[in-house]
Amino acid sequence: MPTAMKEVDVVFVGFGWGSSILAKELVNTGLKMVGLERGFPRFTSPDFQSPEIHDELRFAVRKAMMQDNVREAITLRHSISETALPVRRWGAFLPGTNLGGSGVHWNGQHFRFQEKDFVLKTAMEERYGKKFVDALGLTIQDWGVPYQELEPYYDKFEYLCGASGKAGNIKGQIQPGGNPFEAPRSREYPTPPLKEQYNGALFRKAATELGYHPYPQPSSNLSVAYTNPDGLKLKACVYCGFCERFACPHYAKASPQTVTLPIVQRSPNFELRTQCQVVQVNRDSTGKKATGVTYYDAAGREIFQPASMVVLSMFPFNNVRMLLLSKIGKPYDPQTGAGVVGRNYSYQTTSNVWSFFDEDVNINPFMGSGAIGTMIDDFSGDNFDHAPYGFIGGAYILAAWTGGRPVEQNPLPPGTPPWGKGWKDAVRKHYGHVGQMLVHGTSMSTRENYLDLDPTYRDAWGLPLLRMTFDFPENDVRMIRFCTDRALEIGKAMPGSRAVSSKIYGQRPFDVAIYQSTHNAGGAIMGTDPSTSVVNKYQQSWDVPNLFVLGASSFPQNGTYNYTNTLQALNLHTADAIRNRYLKNPGPLV
Amino acid sequence: MSAISRRELLAKVGVAGLAAAVAPKTSAEETVHSAETICRGEETARSEHENRKSDPTEGSESGETNYQFFNREEAQFIEAAVARLIPTDQHAGAIEAGVPNYLDKQLGGAWGAGERLYTSGPWEPTRPGLGYQLPLKPGELFHTAIKAINAELNKSGRPFWEMSPDQQDEYLHKLEAGGVDLNGIPSEVFFDQLLGMTIEGFFSDPVYGGNKDMVAWKMIGFPGAYATYYDLIDQHGIKFEREPTSLGQSHGHFIPDPNIPAESPHQ
Repeated sequence: MPTAMKEVDVVFVGFGWGSSILAKELVNTGLKMVGLERGFPRFTSPDFQSPEIHDELRFAVRKAMMQDNVREAITLRHSISETALPVRRWGAFLPGTNLGGSGVHWNGQHFRFQEKDFVLKTAMEERYGKKFVDALGLTIQDWGVPYQELEPYYDKFEYLCGASGKAGNIKGQIQPGGNPFEAPRSREYPTPPLKEQYNGALFRKAATELGYHPYPQPSSNLSVAYTNPDGLKLKACVYCGFCERFACPHYAKASPQTVTLPIVQRSPNFELRTQCQVVQVNRDSTGKKATGVTYYDAAGREIFQPASMVVLSMFPFNNVRMLLLSKIGKPYDPQTGAGVVGRNYSYQTTSNVWSFFDEDVNINPFMGSGAIGTMIDDFSGDNFDHAPYGFIGGAYILAAWTGGRPVEQNPLPPGTPPWGKGWKDAVRKHYGHVGQMLVHGTSMSTRENYLDLDPTYRDAWGLPLLRMTFDFPENDVRMIRFCTDRALEIGKAMPGSRAVSSKIYGQRPFDVAIYQSTHNAGGAIMGTDPSTSVVNKYQQSWDVPNLFVLGASSFPQNGTYNYTNTLQALNLHTADAIRNRYLKNPGPLV
Repeated sequence: MSAISRRELLAKVGVAGLAAAVAPKTSAEETVHSAETICRGEETARSEHENRKSDPTEGSESGETNYQFFNREEAQFIEAAVARLIPTDQHAGAIEAGVPNYLDKQLGGAWGAGERLYTSGPWEPTRPGLGYQLPLKPGELFHTAIKAINAELNKSGRPFWEMSPDQQDEYLHKLEAGGVDLNGIPSEVFFDQLLGMTIEGFFSDPVYGGNKDMVAWKMIGFPGAYATYYDLIDQHGIKFEREPTSLGQSHGHFIPDPNIPAESPHQ
């Protein structure tokens, strides 16, 4: 019999970016809130300190900040006709854990999506015709919330973080130095762009010569010291080159630790409980009302936390798993296309391109930061005419070294022997003299790519693992090949470039063992129709109105860009609706 | 050279000769502090010793590894194999860098015991794109594979470490290509982990027992744990020649710039 705690108004499952920003927006409401985090508490001081954090082996190679596969993994298969096998070690994607979640070890790449992303089906059919789009075999959907409705929340999150960048489009007016393709914004970024790397400067020259429109990548590793609207202070990035997979010791990366937790934890109405593994969302006998959650604490005691509102804000595919374990919503069946929970799982389609320079060209990749790129959007999204090509979607092309860490950030020309004297000669010749581009593209949903529960493998609490059925759709394979070719052209045009090479990750079969992106999306998607979505535009469950499911699990398909800014804009949009409407009148908001 | 105390050596050869004649250090005699007569060699030797004090995985004075995980025959295979994977030339190779020590300590520690590895069954052979699927933890994998290799090669009369370098390379290529069954382990799976961990041992921070004296970082010009480039990043193409630093060398936390104090933002 589980121990019952005292009832609260809101219980949060997972305490990273999503939960902490919603909790922050609710601190002045007087609501009693409990945050349940499965991992450990951790703060900039004393947990993220320099130089200890500058440890490639521990954090980048051994992945110390990530979910522990010993206790909880997932299974993967490429198609419904196969048996899924466990992802025994993380590779392609790295779900974070511990207080702050992936918001601690993200790279701070701070983009908005584009207007068409939110109405993708309508926009693609309008431009290319229904026949063209239907032939692609995709299950793309409109989100049910237009970009303009989210614009104020994008702005709010950017100012909370102190995001560093240069606006390209202010209220429809194109701004020199910014991205001419970006969705219109109401005002400039809160802080100016980061300093440009040599790698980026060489790219800028080549891209400009080819007629493209290079601009500085927007960053939540700040260019200057900044005080945010809540009075929290951030410092300038020192370009240490230990960003993704690492925490920032310098208060220079916007994270829950620097911009949300300090506010939340000041509140006497908020209680954080760590090392609590939630295993179920409980409901009453009608099934339409959540009564709270059940969890196991660090000592293994089973506890029931009653609450008037439940917020799921875990790593996106864990949200989907929680709904399935709790039997909330109709599970998706890929054979019939019926059901919604697990439907429209998507990812990110990427490649790398490298340019090799002479030994007197000092690229200094170790002078890096998480979002220090110079990039172009000329091939992102729908920024070019796709009619001749037979695919939709696109990719940005970004020149950046987030660091120059020798175990993993050490690309060598094709044909280099993997070991021996030849390898050593190549490392000596090339380390520090290579340019890098990332080609980072859209991921379309298909009928066959989905999430459900595995029939065989279990976690440390005896519960079924999530099963992921995924491979890159042919549409996306064509897209990434096209965009990689464009990047290779730029690589060849970089001054001093002697040779170029590429590696495409977006190809079949999807290789879960090699790192690509942690932007898993979908499975609990947002929409206007409960028969094809799990949540409405406020991320409120259609089935259980006092349950909110926050994060990238809401995305019907994934856009070109890194998605933290977008999911936080959705979460702030949700927060407004809860504060101004739901609390006064609990019930369906749509 | 017979054992001789540093004090005796200083007295006999004088300071100028010390750099050339520094004997292997014995632990009892590290008390020479004569500031005026310290020459470059002595200073380097003393700071190396201090670095070594902060590196708990460091082996004995002569450079031999204290093996805790590999038995003698496994260690002989490992030493011979990594010497081919990253050979010695005008720069240190895997042996000088202490890669066998790194492997020994990693495989004998949490990583070898299966940290972050989902090992539950049932176990099926892997398929393209699905990664590692064996039930073996890294330590078990190495023990199993090396025993199988040593047993097979002993049968044909020539253990790996007695082969010529060319023969060793040929055998390693054979393991790499796959098709050799090592007591159930496909040889390419073992080879991948051996090569991957050798590169880690070469390039990771010396506190983990490899990359001794940061030889690998010095070879490529990677500055290590030192990490602040605010004033240099926009000096495009600058040759950065600062000596690398290791996690083991810090004395307290870095303050990257006294004008940017790392105070808590929530007072």
